[in-house]
Amino acid sequence: MNDTLDVLLRLVGVLVVFLVFPLLVGQTEHKVMAHMQGRLGPMYAGGFHGWAQLVADGVKFAQKEDVVPAEADRRIFQLAPAIALLPYLVVLIAIPVGPDGFVGQALDAGLFFVLAVMGVGVLGSLIAGWASANKFSLLGGLRTAAQLMAYELPMLLTAASVAMAAGTLSLPGIVESYHWWWTPWQIVGGLVFFTAGLAELQRPPFDMPVADSEIIFGAYTEYTGLRFALFLLAEYAGIVVLCALTTVLFLGGWHGPWSDGLGWLWTLVKTAALAFVVIWLRVSYPRLREDQLQKLAWTVLIPLSLAQIALTGVVKVVIS
Amino acid sequence: MNHVAAHHPGFLSPTGVEITFVLVGLATLGAALLTVTTRQLVHAALWLVVALGGLAVEYLLLTAEFIAWVQVLIYVGSVVVLLLFGLMLTKAPIGRSPDADSENRWVALGVAAAAAVTLVWVVVDAFRSTWVDLHGVVQGSSHATGESLFRHWVLPFEALSVLLLAALVGAIVLSRRDGESAGAGSTSGTGKEKS
Amino acid sequence: MHLAYPAVLAVLLFCVGVYGVLARRNAILVLMSVELMLNAVNLNLVAFDVWLRDVVHSGQALTLFTITIAAAEIGLGLAIVLLVYRNRGSSDVDRLTDLAEPPEHGAPGHGDGTASGAGAADGTAADQNAEATA
Repeated sequence: MNDTLDVLLRLVGVLVVFLVFPLLVGQTEHKVMAHMQGRLGPMYAGGFHGWAQLVADGVKFAQKEDVVPAEADRRIFQLAPAIALLPYLVVLIAIPVGPDGFVGQALDAGLFFVLAVMGVGVLGSLIAGWASANKFSLLGGLRTAAQLMAYELPMLLTAASVAMAAGTLSLPGIVESYHWWWTPWQIVGGLVFFTAGLAELQRPPFDMPVADSEIIFGAYTEYTGLRFALFLLAEYAGIVVLCALTTVLFLGGWHGPWSDGLGWLWTLVKTAALAFVVIWLRVSYPRLREDQLQKLAWTVLIPLSLAQIALTGVVKVVIS
Repeated sequence: MNHVAAHHPGFLSPTGVEITFVLVGLATLGAALLTVTTRQLVHAALWLVVALGGLAVEYLLLTAEFIAWVQVLIYVGSVVVLLLFGLMLTKAPIGRSPDADSENRWVALGVAAAAAVTLVWVVVDAFRSTWVDLHGVVQGSSHATGESLFRHWVLPFEALSVLLLAALVGAIVLSRRDGESAGAGSTSGTGKEKS
Repeated sequence: MHLAYPAVLAVLLFCVGVYGVLARRNAILVLMSVELMLNAVNLNLVAFDVWLRDVVHSGQALTLFTITIAAAEIGLGLAIVLLVYRNRGSSDVDRLTDLAEPPEHGAPGHGDGTASGAGAADGTAADQNAEATA
């Protein structure tokens, strides 16, 4: 009975995080972007500095009509947002927040699990692009697939580098064996991982698949109302997952001063700082063209991640 | 029960594992049947996702965790995306394609059915009284798999990496257009994304 | 667990794959069916590995190798299919019969499609592709 209750509580906790954190990131994005551009951003909804803006947005999305194009493949069109969103919920289960089992479910091959499930989410935008029966959507879907293929590789390679360094595939295990000098040692890998993750989420400057000035909104062009909101939510949930993963793998998770009691806070602070960087990058950099985007992956990120693996291997052999 | 097995809280009794295995197996089989019979090309790929995911669950039930996650990573994450990519580049239509099946499907059905009957009979007859013991050590934890892979299977592993490299080079050579002469003849607007 | 469950499931999946390879016409659908057959073999390997409690885990190691080879195979296969599609405007394996012997007694159905296809201009390249696909 106690076990079941424990599992239930953990799952509810993960669900709450999944529902709240993406909205927090979204709201932060509104405000941070606005202030970086010399605006105020949302100020009215909810009274204090527009804190309820995203709630209001959600209500608005829910009221809109759910339109399915006549030529579209109905069922797949309606299924796509769920496929895009759910993997991130599943991934959150395996991400450790604090020491001593402060994690939804510790998995033996957690790193593998996380990367495997994250790759599934892209299927959502891919089939959304195909099922919309719209050439812009199809172009967006194709670009999504090409981008995934290019950036999955450096992401896996750098994650493998961390696994080599830690000697384990379990995420809590990786954080356990972290030392401060890991961050300079794995810094290249960390940068590559973060960049590749951004590209997989199709965040600016890697948002060629949804480039609104040329293909309207890519795979999501035909979506309205709640289903469109689900795609947006998937993007922000993806940011949360990516930042948390980078924290766990490269920044030492809960390690920090007073980490015995405040470990979970360190994880959250590091994740939030990375999320801020994600927003910052969106404001700072222009969108990469499709060929530049592929070139970056194949000629910069993959060689860098291979070099990182070599470095990790050499250091690992030297210190053992 | 050692610490590796402790990750599996044992919600399911042994019979529970069997029942789950059979149910997931039926779902996998159904998805596989739909994959080879549906006339909508992209639906076939999506049913294939269900079938491959079901197999990953079966691996988990057989305590081969590492294989299960590799299955999800490689098959669902990459192979199916590649297949969908291919379907989109070959202009898969929405709705039914009348020419998805060839005329010899009845012959094919006969061959498959005959093979199925023979093999099922042989397999059931051979393993009538064989039981898999799923208790104790997890057979396919990443530790166990990694150890066997890098202790006993190093040479095949390295050979495989050469094969992968060859496949990579081959795919690039196949899909690039040599110069303008060959590319001029075919007017596919989709070649850009492939390269 | 009874060993017959995974074994029978693997057999049935394999036969479904056999049916798909023989009955499908679109080359990509044929590739999907090949994947099903490979997966059936993988299930068998894993099940027997777990049953035999193999010390060197040959079943699981071979499964990993099969998965890798399947990934390589699908990459190459799709590259070939896309090339054929680019040259012929079709990925229909029934119509890639340029290298086959022409039907003796004038069965007209198949020959026409290829002759009037787009492949006439770049004949040699197309023939190589047909060979590779066959």
